[in-house]
Amino acid sequence: MTAAEWGLLASAFLASFVECVEALTIVLAMGVTRGWRSALAGTLAALVALAVFTTAAGYALTSWLPTAALQLVIGGLLLIFGLQWMRKAVLRSAGLKSEHDEQAIYEEQRAAAEGSPDSTILGVDAFGFLVSAKSVFLEGVEVVFIVLTFGLNAGNVPLAAAGGFAAAIVVASLGLAVHRPLATVPENTLKYVVGLMLVSFGTFWSMEGLGIFTDSGHSLHWPGGDWAILALLAFWIGWSRLLIIRLPAHAVTRR
Amino acid sequence: MRVLRVLWEFGVDFVIGDDPKIAIAVVLSLALAAVLLVTGVLSGPAVTVVGAAAVVVTFTVSLVVDIRGGIR
Repeated sequence: MTAAEWGLLASAFLASFVECVEALTIVLAMGVTRGWRSALAGTLAALVALAVFTTAAGYALTSWLPTAALQLVIGGLLLIFGLQWMRKAVLRSAGLKSEHDEQAIYEEQRAAAEGSPDSTILGVDAFGFLVSAKSVFLEGVEVVFIVLTFGLNAGNVPLAAAGGFAAAIVVASLGLAVHRPLATVPENTLKYVVGLMLVSFGTFWSMEGLGIFTDSGHSLHWPGGDWAILALLAFWIGWSRLLIIRLPAHAVTRR
Repeated sequence: MRVLRVLWEFGVDFVIGDDPKIAIAVVLSLALAAVLLVTGVLSGPAVTVVGAAAVVVTFTVSLVVDIRGGIR
């Protein structure tokens, strides 16, 4: 494989890894408190729904949408996800928000699950099933968008999908092995790095996609072509570091 | 109706997340860039740069609003 292909694989793996860790935390909490049957049934149902969604959305997006509209939709969503991650990373690095703590989230979910009333759907606990399914599907859809963007941009969706799939397998295996949340994963740092990548690609794609509003309907072109992605990445790194330094001076915290 | 409500809630949760300001910032920036493009005020390459600058500005404003309002 070339260096670019390794980079694509690593990017898709890292971005997907963070999402899978978050889903694992919720599924573990449901499994321990509401029973493994409902947690695993919810996970399986979400994976099936995710496969159907990915096939349908992938077909619709690539068959019916013009390239520019595809870039606008996926780029816009990536920009929203990436900026949300960067917002948290900047605020945490500036000391203005508490650190993300998988163990604390796990305990919170466990407490919520223990306090919920019992009811069943098709013989499995409804609460454990629904919470697990929602969590896996929500994080899974984000993985799908990330994989699609990285893959389409590099012209190699199967390799990006392999990175996302590998992340899911690794996280599930680690979860099975240790049977507790992956609290030692440096999730905040990973989210910052992945957030930077998502924001850079999202900015690039969404602006190119605005070409759908021109008479020709063709994508716009950035000055410098694809090199603009690197320029955007460098800019967002510098800007986020500047925000981390300058924001605390303006803060009114209620921590 | 219940299914539609669940789908709507999922969509909102998925796109907006825990901070609606970010989604608003992105939509406003893209809308501004689209208006500049459609009205012919700027050329295509200039729109990409100005649109990106709008994202930076609106994102920064949303962060300042966050910290001025007090965050946890």
